[in-house]
Amino acid sequence: MSAKTLYDKVWDAHQVHQQDDGTVLLYIDRHLVHEVTSPQAFEGLQISGRKPWRIDSMLAVADHNVPTTSREAGIEDPVSKLQVDTLDANCDAHGIVEFKMNDHRQGIVHVIGPEQGATLPGMTVVCGDSHTSTHGAFGALAFGIGTSEVEHVMATQCLLQKKSRNMLVSVDGEVGPGVTAKDIVLAIIGEIGTAGGNGSAIEFGGDAIRALSMEGRMTVCNMAIEAGARAGMIAVDQTTIDYVKARPFSPSNEQWDAAEAAWRDLVSDEGAKFDKIVRINAADIMPQVSWGTSPEMVAGISGVVPDPSSETNETKAEGMRRALQYMDLSAGTAISDIKIDKVFIGSCTNSRIEDLRAAAAVIKDRKVAGNVKLALVVPGSGLVKKQAEEEGLDSIFSNAGFEWREPGCSMCLAMNADKLESGERCASTSNRNFEGRQGQGGRTHLVSPAMAAAAAIAGHFVDVRSF
Amino acid sequence: MQSFTILEGVVAPLLRSNVDTDAIIPKQFLKSIKRTGFGVNLFDAWRYLDAGFPGQDSSTRQPNPDFVLNQPRYQQASILLAGENFGCGSSREHAVWALDGFGFRCVIAPSFADIFNNNSFKSGLLPLVLDKSIIEKLAADCEANEGYQLKVDLEQQQVIAPDGETYSFEVDQFRKHCLLNGLDDIGLTLQNADAIKQYEIKRKEAAPWLFNGVT
Repeated sequence: MSAKTLYDKVWDAHQVHQQDDGTVLLYIDRHLVHEVTSPQAFEGLQISGRKPWRIDSMLAVADHNVPTTSREAGIEDPVSKLQVDTLDANCDAHGIVEFKMNDHRQGIVHVIGPEQGATLPGMTVVCGDSHTSTHGAFGALAFGIGTSEVEHVMATQCLLQKKSRNMLVSVDGEVGPGVTAKDIVLAIIGEIGTAGGNGSAIEFGGDAIRALSMEGRMTVCNMAIEAGARAGMIAVDQTTIDYVKARPFSPSNEQWDAAEAAWRDLVSDEGAKFDKIVRINAADIMPQVSWGTSPEMVAGISGVVPDPSSETNETKAEGMRRALQYMDLSAGTAISDIKIDKVFIGSCTNSRIEDLRAAAAVIKDRKVAGNVKLALVVPGSGLVKKQAEEEGLDSIFSNAGFEWREPGCSMCLAMNADKLESGERCASTSNRNFEGRQGQGGRTHLVSPAMAAAAAIAGHFVDVRSF
Repeated sequence: MQSFTILEGVVAPLLRSNVDTDAIIPKQFLKSIKRTGFGVNLFDAWRYLDAGFPGQDSSTRQPNPDFVLNQPRYQQASILLAGENFGCGSSREHAVWALDGFGFRCVIAPSFADIFNNNSFKSGLLPLVLDKSIIEKLAADCEANEGYQLKVDLEQQQVIAPDGETYSFEVDQFRKHCLLNGLDDIGLTLQNADAIKQYEIKRKEAAPWLFNGVT
């Protein structure tokens, strides 16, 4: 048998049927559901008189619309409320397990899946959300789908797919101190571009990836979609096995032993063929800050805002000019001279316990700068929040002047009440710096939790390594 | 799904690259639980000078006169000429529904983001790939000629320009078949229901932990 990549192995294990033209009916093991992309799919099922194929493969949670302030009075915005109520009603009607808004396990769908052991190595995982790529950190094949495909999975437990190309991004060597998973993935996107992974499943490998915790690996795979990839994946190793063990929905006893043995094979074989390989030297990566309106527009903290006139590709130069205008930045400005108005620590990229610990370590016994109007910490789930409180992180944040909130997507995409006002500039641990993403006219700079924390204290971007 | 065979329609150019789905339909409009009604908010932040929110009376909005789709000549456009990596970002199919709601049935770009590409085929919008140089030429002709139209023939896989020039394009044959016939692919998949059940039986023997469920 020829050598296979990790992606080949998971893909092959899920083929139900292949058409003559290569279109594959791919079996889906886990379907995560949230309130924004599911109502029309449930409606579609109802109209065509169909029922979900495998209820027990589904796990639902409301995360995009939920308030991060007190939830005792429910959701104030009637439109948001209707969407969350619709999810509740649909899940109740079909008997789908849902962590409702006041369940202590509620949180961002891409945080709770792994946290509960609902995401397991070797699974196919889908969700009507592009950041489903997060779950690839477990050696799963995980990708985002639109609402029509949400309905397709509900009705058939399968998707019609063409296989993507195999791409390897190897981050070789060790990163320096103060350089995190977020910096690694931003540097990768800066290198290969937002379309660099189009049509591919990216496997992230190399010593620097192997050295990451599961939280860090999730951060990297989370942003695979920002490089345009169909999926991001990382091979299974002891770090993966240790994380998965004893989670509520993980297998146990003899089933665990069989599963663990099978999971050990979820690595690319020696000599497996990749269509494209990109190698990045970990030691060259410094803490990253995005300066533009696309996640590929990043610079190291000691760098400057680049000059469009020195860009030879005219399409790129035009994109840069538009970005600088929107961001109200001029070429040549030192990144560390950019002052901020708000700070957001959270999102499916960076709201796990390790992220909160990293931010808290920076701000301990310090105060948020006077020019920072709002500094928010939004834990990824109720369980992350509880863990952080047990470790006393909430007091560190509160004493520094941060607001300690309830879990949800929050100001990553500002579908709830947490948003930027027009013209405001934010140091954000989220994943997208698109125009208007955090609020119309708002300006987003993507950074790691430690860099966001340091910026909150300094009032501008600052190198966390010498802070 | 609505079928797509031959489309003859007015063309509008929007050639900037990396147009993301947040730009195509901003997040506040995703709170709707319906599939329709998104067209009026297509490219909302670029198209209007005032802030948009769900349920607003669109007749009171202030259109941005500098935005291309606000020009009277493009009001009936059904073909959008676009830049590289069109539809990147979020998986929201609402982006396709918004384009469709405005009247677009086809987007022609040098490349598309994967999820947007999938979503388009599922909702009867044709994402059509042509070389960037061809799109730039078509856009220049379009800007120079008010009422400029193209003909898109999916069966023949050709774009036909008013000057008689034809441009061939590639398309996945299964997706072409579904689009030409307006096929509901859930129905097609359910024709394989027995194969799915057989797969489940075998898979459950080999990897029972995948079927524990979350209950």
